[in-house]
Amino acid sequence: METSIDWELVREIASCVFILSGAGFMLIASIGLLRFPDFYIRMSAITKGSTLGLGLILMGMAIYFNQPGILLKVLVIIAFTYITAPVAAHVIGRTAVQNGIAFWEKTNLKEFREYLTKHRLERQINQDRYTEEAPVTMEKDGGAGDVAGKV
Amino acid sequence: MSIFQITLIVGIVMQSVCLLLTAIRFAIGPTLPDRVTAFDLFVANVIGIIVIFTELTNNEDFIDVAIILSLFGFLGSISFAYYIMRITK
Repeated sequence: METSIDWELVREIASCVFILSGAGFMLIASIGLLRFPDFYIRMSAITKGSTLGLGLILMGMAIYFNQPGILLKVLVIIAFTYITAPVAAHVIGRTAVQNGIAFWEKTNLKEFREYLTKHRLERQINQDRYTEEAPVTMEKDGGAGDVAGKV
Repeated sequence: MSIFQITLIVGIVMQSVCLLLTAIRFAIGPTLPDRVTAFDLFVANVIGIIVIFTELTNNEDFIDVAIILSLFGFLGSISFAYYIMRITK
């Protein structure tokens, strides 16, 4: 009866499974980046797919090396990626919405369009106030112009 | 060459195909935010290639490169987003 297990082989097999699944997730994310019709859908695909794929690949490497120092570095990379990837995606998406990047024509945009019209109406109301206040006092107009330029 | 090394090379080849598809999107991207997200995926793919190369060569020093690269990828995408926000206002 053979009870000794070859742990090297077990680690190699587990590491291979993790790395192949992670590379598959990154391939799916890349195909989604190339094939999806819209900027926002593309960004959703690559944010989720590449983060999960990178985490799986890093865990595969940590399983193969089997040392506490390597595991600590891998956990640092995973934590940093999981914190910063949604932040970066949110900033880029907000910038795209503010720049008016076009949506896909099949996207359901009813509530978002109501929000945008309300937003733009508020902005126009504010601009009207500035133009109404402009000829009354020249100094306040200069101050408001500086503030608007800084913002 | 064992099956383990062949599997790692297959993983590197898959990551290289990812880099090729991302480069196509980077070339034909209609707008600037498309290119910024493609750059984000570039950085993630390069980190994956570095990690698999570390495992292939059994050299533990390359993991620091992955740490620094993940940090600079975040800084790059944030600064590109700030740049896009500034040039259009």
